[in-house]
Amino acid sequence: MNRAGRVLAVSAGIAFAAALTAYYVVGYLMMTPPSVAASGSPPRARLTLQTVASLGFKPHPDWVSYLAKNPQGKWVHGTVLKVPANSLVTVTVYQYDTATGLRNPFWGGFHGTVGPVTVNGKPLKTLDPSLASHTFAIPDLGVSVPLKGVADDAKNQCSVAPCTLAEAHNTIVFSFRTGKRGTYRWQCFVPCAAGFILGFGGPMQSLGYMDGLLRVV
Amino acid sequence: MTTYAAARPLRPAWRGFFGFNMFTALALGAGGWFLGAYIGGQIAVGNDYLLGTDQNDVGILLGYLFGLIGWLGGLGFFNYPISRLLGRPATVREKETGGWARYFTLCTDHKVVGIQYFFGVGIFFFIGGLNAMLMRTELLRPVEHAWPAGQYLSLMSLHGTMMIMMTSAFILGPFGNYFVPIMIGARRMAFPRIESLTFWLVPAAGLILLSAIAFGGIPTGWTGYAPLGTEGRSGMDAYIFAFLLIGLSLTLTGINLLTTILTMRAPGLTWTRLPIFVWGVLSTSILMALAAPVLIAALLMELMDRAANTSFYLASSGGSPYLYENLFWFFGHPEVYILALPGFGIVLEILPVFARKPLWGYRLAVAGMLGVTFLSFMVWQHHLFVSGINGGLRPFYMLTTELISIPTGFIFLNAMGTLWHGRIRFTVPMLFALAFFFNFLIGGLSGIFLSDVPSDVTTHGSYFVMAHFHYTIMGGLVFAFFAAVYYWLPKMTGVILNERLGRIHFWLMFVFFNLTFFPLFAAGFLDMPRRVSTYAPSLQTLNDFVSASAFVLGFSMLIFIGNLIWSLVFARIPAAENPWASRGLEWQVPTPVPVDNFEHIPVINSGPYEYGVEGAPPTATLGPVAVPAAGR
Amino acid sequence: MTVPRTTVGPAQVPRHWLRMVVIWAVLSAVAVPLIVLVLGPHLPPGRMTAEAGSQRDANTVMTALLAPIVVAVLVFFVYAIVVFRERGTAIVDGPPLRGHVPMQTAWVVFTSVIVIALAAWGSYTLIVSSHGAGGGQGPDPVAVPSHRSQDLVVQVIGQQWNWTYRFPKYDDVETDHLELPDNSPIELHVTSLDVTHSFWAYQLGVKADAVPGADNVAFVHTRNDGTFNIRCAELCGLWHGHMYQTGDVVSPAAFKSWISSQQTAEAPNLRYLPPFGRTYYPAPFRRAG
Repeated sequence: MNRAGRVLAVSAGIAFAAALTAYYVVGYLMMTPPSVAASGSPPRARLTLQTVASLGFKPHPDWVSYLAKNPQGKWVHGTVLKVPANSLVTVTVYQYDTATGLRNPFWGGFHGTVGPVTVNGKPLKTLDPSLASHTFAIPDLGVSVPLKGVADDAKNQCSVAPCTLAEAHNTIVFSFRTGKRGTYRWQCFVPCAAGFILGFGGPMQSLGYMDGLLRVV
Repeated sequence: MTTYAAARPLRPAWRGFFGFNMFTALALGAGGWFLGAYIGGQIAVGNDYLLGTDQNDVGILLGYLFGLIGWLGGLGFFNYPISRLLGRPATVREKETGGWARYFTLCTDHKVVGIQYFFGVGIFFFIGGLNAMLMRTELLRPVEHAWPAGQYLSLMSLHGTMMIMMTSAFILGPFGNYFVPIMIGARRMAFPRIESLTFWLVPAAGLILLSAIAFGGIPTGWTGYAPLGTEGRSGMDAYIFAFLLIGLSLTLTGINLLTTILTMRAPGLTWTRLPIFVWGVLSTSILMALAAPVLIAALLMELMDRAANTSFYLASSGGSPYLYENLFWFFGHPEVYILALPGFGIVLEILPVFARKPLWGYRLAVAGMLGVTFLSFMVWQHHLFVSGINGGLRPFYMLTTELISIPTGFIFLNAMGTLWHGRIRFTVPMLFALAFFFNFLIGGLSGIFLSDVPSDVTTHGSYFVMAHFHYTIMGGLVFAFFAAVYYWLPKMTGVILNERLGRIHFWLMFVFFNLTFFPLFAAGFLDMPRRVSTYAPSLQTLNDFVSASAFVLGFSMLIFIGNLIWSLVFARIPAAENPWASRGLEWQVPTPVPVDNFEHIPVINSGPYEYGVEGAPPTATLGPVAVPAAGR
Repeated sequence: MTVPRTTVGPAQVPRHWLRMVVIWAVLSAVAVPLIVLVLGPHLPPGRMTAEAGSQRDANTVMTALLAPIVVAVLVFFVYAIVVFRERGTAIVDGPPLRGHVPMQTAWVVFTSVIVIALAAWGSYTLIVSSHGAGGGQGPDPVAVPSHRSQDLVVQVIGQQWNWTYRFPKYDDVETDHLELPDNSPIELHVTSLDVTHSFWAYQLGVKADAVPGADNVAFVHTRNDGTFNIRCAELCGLWHGHMYQTGDVVSPAAFKSWISSQQTAEAPNLRYLPPFGRTYYPAPFRRAG
């Protein structure tokens, strides 16, 4: 091969490697779930979430997941939640999944909440751990609230997200206070990842499903 | 012996793409993947656990298996067994002539396998290094800012796995395969086809490992600890399968090299005349052959836990995570000596050439290597000091781990004695070899901290361990690798690497390697655990310094690649046959090395370190020599 | 390739040795006191507990012992590189020195003595003087303090991805924050509910793996009040780096009031907690359905 041919071959190789690297970084590494802002304004904010038994659409139609409602009222498949600092955040969770039960019954209690936690309108002191379907927990802020599961034999259960209020669900409302700015992680504590050994694989270890970030701005 | 002057007619270049070669292998491998995934999908339909996971581990594993069969078949590995089954006569050689095409297929010429290894392992080494640069980008800030936590874990696992898997054969692959037969005066390895197989398993493993990205990544780091690995997504199947292939490759390499060294030495090559590099290869081969099968067993059990509902490692069903930890580290500790010993062999081989003195304390060096080999099977529980093993075992393993530093120390005495009153020339290989000793000193002594159990309680699972093994593996093995590259590439390719670029590469790499990893000892002492992408804000300055240094370290690797491309592709300055004036037997053969290495089997006159001896004959006599009837 | 010999006159040899020994002695005389007196008090993990103190002593002694060895080897290498450097361009051979049995023997003996002494001293510290040095010793610990039956038993439960703590002496109450009384002997039982974690309380000098189905015992004797960091030291999944908490060592009175406030706060949930066990099997297993 003459010199020009070699220059061309080496340049092509370098360009190919650079393109692969760029695709790896942008197309895979930087994948973050969509961000949803809380509605309302400081010092009060409102978050509306729902948990579903199976997402119903790609890429993981059978995975359990959280969805969040954006201030325009549309359900977004995202778990990065933006809330204002130094505020009282009221969270309403529409829970559409059946109960799995908590592995550690300690998380059946309500921690880090301000005021009563109501399930379908009635205030509760604690939840029977075997009735928990999911948890909303922000360990760095000390917040942990179990979410009551829908009965296994309930009629009109939802199977494809986003679910509507006409389908069987429980409504859990609680509030917590945010402090200074920062990013905190939140997760579910119920081993709800069906089919994965120990129930903590798959959606339980993926941002956008049962894990997320709370950006306090 | 017949020569292989071009008896075959020249073919057009494009013909090289057809036939049994890597391109066919890729195509058949892909086809095998789809077939296996399809079969797996049919087998596993109706299994409860598939519902909800959106992953079919059985399909993925069968896909890899059929893909592997397609890959090996496409390269031509089944041709010889099938031809023998059909009664055709035995042959030894495959495709040992044929220009560039023979580098992309099954070739029984050990020199071709060496060059294949050089590029095959090198590509994955640099991909692992790229991952490291991306990791350090994330660590610039104490909170997750560049890649989310899950992607960081996958990056880190891929970095570690790729480095360990590929660097296991970093020196034995290219240089062991290329030079051991020449250095012992043999024409070929004991099992040439198996040698080629050990190479072709490596790109297969690398590709399978990279495919983990498409299947949800690897959450466990390179150690693949059992309960976490069992609950992970299908990326773990890729990790396990790739590591199985590497384990197989290591076992076969070990057996092949052992047999070659034990049985195929030329007349006159007694054990005390064997080059120290070959002793290093011998010790490493023992470790490979004995330890890698245990890894295969441990990983197969994890595979079955994932795909076949067994519970070897699941506590709630009668298994134990300790079983995995012990099996893994029974392999894992010899594995790190598989990484270290070839480095010892290389630097002790290079030092005499550039100090112009015999290797000082040859028998002590051999004793050191064999001592390390023997003891490395008796120390593995030092990885488990605080994991809840029987407390009474800890003093025993503390003792054995401390003891293993004694034979390791012999290497330093050898180096010091060789330099004493030498006439030292600071060529690029010598610079890398000297840097090896500096780095390994720090790395090895930090290991003494880790071997002391009270001190280990402070440092286990922290960045101190990270700094320790990067100093020994990267500061040791990788520096020795570059020493070997600059030393031996003129013989392997007939082209000399640019010396100026080599020196820039060396100094950047040495300075910034130390600037990157020495502060990590402090990070570990300051409460930073391993494998995290968040850390205390007070450590941000330290991490930023480390990341900046790491970027320059990565840049120095680019300089090396640039040097390689420039020297091999553009400048192509032919090297002298023995540019370093070395007495080694491998430098007595012409460049390019003939297919059969030697026209006549050489007779060895002495060891290869007879510097300063007046009137010493060359290390071996290559011409026809009558061998005494009574044998050696 | 030419092969002239250099002569090694006896008068030259002692000068090299003397120079190297002097340089080594000066550097070590500076380094070792610096390490023991200046660096030592800042070495991890501090003195908040007896075990942390013995780890710090171990770290100090090892740094002080290994520093002269590093200096010796480095002085030799740097000296040899500077003095024995070939200054011309011709390739000239050195003297064919192949070894020196007394030197090799001395090296082997010297390194063996140091290493065996370290191992012996480490074993003594581990088993006798520090009761395991804060490391997890498994379910049947060997290095047990004599007053074990009076120790406060605290169970540390690791789970994906948080720590909880149980106090069998206080009605098996479970908390998600750890407080300990000062100047007290504590017996930690570390276990896990799912995958392997590692409980690393830096200032307490405690590190014990949390393995599912296993009970890992570590002893710690608190001294002064203070705050300590708790991190997970074994990769356990997505939020491994986030399993961070702070704990407190407080006066026994403050500890008692904290524990009873926890018992009150957790009272509604207390009946759902299982009885105290050394291990808990992770149910639900969640493989099918």
